[in-house]
Amino acid sequence: MEKERHVLVIFPHPDDEAFGVSGTIALNIENGTPVTYACLTLGEMGRNLGNPPFATRESLPKIRRQELVDAANALGIQDLRMLGLRDKTVEFEDDEELTGKISAFIDELNPSLIITFYPGYSVHPDHEATGRAVVRAVERIAPEERPKLHCVAFSNNSLAELGEPEIINDVTAVEDKKIAAIKAHRSQTESMVATWAEKMQSQDPAMLTWIRKERFWPYKWKR
Amino acid sequence: MKAIDRAEVQQKINSFAEADVYLHLETTNGAYATHNDESFFSAGAYIRNALIRYEHGKIVGDGPFRVGLKLEIGWVYGEGLTHFEIDDQGRLLLAGLDFTGKLAVALQISPSPFE
Ligand SMILES: [Zn+2]
Repeated sequence: MEKERHVLVIFPHPDDEAFGVSGTIALNIENGTPVTYACLTLGEMGRNLGNPPFATRESLPKIRRQELVDAANALGIQDLRMLGLRDKTVEFEDDEELTGKISAFIDELNPSLIITFYPGYSVHPDHEATGRAVVRAVERIAPEERPKLHCVAFSNNSLAELGEPEIINDVTAVEDKKIAAIKAHRSQTESMVATWAEKMQSQDPAMLTWIRKERFWPYKWKR
Repeated sequence: MKAIDRAEVQQKINSFAEADVYLHLETTNGAYATHNDESFFSAGAYIRNALIRYEHGKIVGDGPFRVGLKLEIGWVYGEGLTHFEIDDQGRLLLAGLDFTGKLAVALQISPSPFE
């Protein structure tokens, strides 16, 4: 992994960073690279409330805010920004205003690497809208001055259309931090983590690969 | 939230009748439904902080429950409701949770706007 000056991670939901990116975040931080995580919403519309329920529609954002802080702490993120948008509404925000917010982060932090979702390949409308806004902001920078833009893609057509991921980070060295970050998003991950124990015990290869290898597609600029 | 107590919910619904109240109404099957099963047709809707006034309202059924609020010139309706809470701000939070604990429907009434 290349040594970065500053990494800017931009996602719409608390927990978007956990599965595919938290190992890369932790590795960068262990390398002494500052990481800023800008999280657009608090996942207010998350569906999992438990049965028997542990939350209500109204208490869920408060719980997820704390989980986000806990996950950031687990990874050593010093700079966590919450933008205060609302879950499921990112695509309806004014495009120019949203682009401006991201441009302001880039101007302030001068990152050498930005990580977000790949537009067209990230399933949830908030993911798509976030990826599009980041692409718009970075596109405005002259090509030779642009930070690298690494995208997460997981739609069913991503391999067929984007090809194999160009970047695969082995995050085995920070596996514990990654698992701690995933577990920190308890309201979202508890039932999934409960199914892990057996697979971890048997060192299930698919499971280990899923945790240890983080995959990114550099954004393909048209110009 | 706990399992719906019909009498308690009915009493709370009655207390909001003929007053300006704020409504949060939502149905959802999740943004990943079609990703996980391409034959699944995904649909959902929500409205937050609709200012309404109802003449009367009822909770009906044996569980899951249905709620209808009769407006002067219309209706509010929700079905599949299983759980409720009257929170510290005096709001009535009704939710329908599926067998795995995922929200399928929410119908919430508040005397002040939801944040
Ligand atoms: Zn997400």
